[in-house]
Amino acid sequence: MGSAPSSDRGAVGHAAAGHHSGVHVGPGVRTAAKLLVVGHFAVGKTTFVGALSEIRPLHTEELMTQAGALVDDLAGVSGKTTTTVAMDFGRLTLSDSLVLYLFGAPGQHRFTRLWQDMTRGALGALVLADTRRLSSSFDVMGVLEELAIPYAVAVNEFPGAPAHTLDEIREALDLLDETPLVRCDARDRASSARALIALVEYLQSRTGHARPLEQA
Amino acid sequence: MTPGSRRRRPDRGLVRPYVVTEGRACPTRNTLDLVTLLIAADDLPLTGLNPEKRRLMELCRPGALSVAEVAGHLSLPVSVVKVLIADLMDSGHIVTRAAIPSAQPSDARILQEVLDGLRSLL
Repeated sequence: MGSAPSSDRGAVGHAAAGHHSGVHVGPGVRTAAKLLVVGHFAVGKTTFVGALSEIRPLHTEELMTQAGALVDDLAGVSGKTTTTVAMDFGRLTLSDSLVLYLFGAPGQHRFTRLWQDMTRGALGALVLADTRRLSSSFDVMGVLEELAIPYAVAVNEFPGAPAHTLDEIREALDLLDETPLVRCDARDRASSARALIALVEYLQSRTGHARPLEQA
Repeated sequence: MTPGSRRRRPDRGLVRPYVVTEGRACPTRNTLDLVTLLIAADDLPLTGLNPEKRRLMELCRPGALSVAEVAGHLSLPVSVVKVLIADLMDSGHIVTRAAIPSAQPSDARILQEVLDGLRSLL
């Protein structure tokens, strides 16, 4: 992963071209909310972010000098003392005063420092899963559970992937009954939005305040 | 500075991150989140700022951007950008928007606003 940080970018072009709203955040925006889009390598995180983002998804790399280096197999890589972790993210203006940032990042345990930084203040996470490699999602879900980040699971449906019922997938992933499980097409804006809605509805149900509080 | 024996990745900038931050790994303040919104003061001169800080100011002057966006646009690691931003906050060049922090996970009002916004996309 560290050697090919850009290869996780979806081959499908992001669908944001039709709804650009400029590079900068609107002048009235007062609050920035954060949701995570996580999943194993090549599950469609960047495609998902790109489908919803109003800006061209941005890419940053974080240098990892310790945690990653200890785990990385450095044999034969002379002089390599750091590894990089890629993070792709997009932005979605939800109202005059609120923007939502979507952060897509790999869910490996060894990137814990990046995770702590990325997840601070996050409302929750959407785990993207691929029915061809369901077991690859366990690592990601494990990290989220360790960090006590609530999550929903969306199965990104790839053409030709085996068709399973949601019940079968739920059982295979060993999800709690309360954890939302939905299907989505990460290339499709509305489908991706519906997956996030399922997540946020779940987050709302957990707080016990399903109705909005009075505006301060 | 010469690159020495270290192999440089082709997409990496010419200047290594520790040069940009003048050798520092930690920002002077620890309040910056990835989604902290930054606003550039437009009445302060940019003289004396290093090239990266100048670029950062020019990037933010037309309107607010988050820490993460600034890092993405400048092609610098977030940890490096935070050091630069903290310096610029110290010198008054950058202010963070209002006193409202990024959303707290338990904030029901925020969740409702997010939900309403997402539903309006359908």
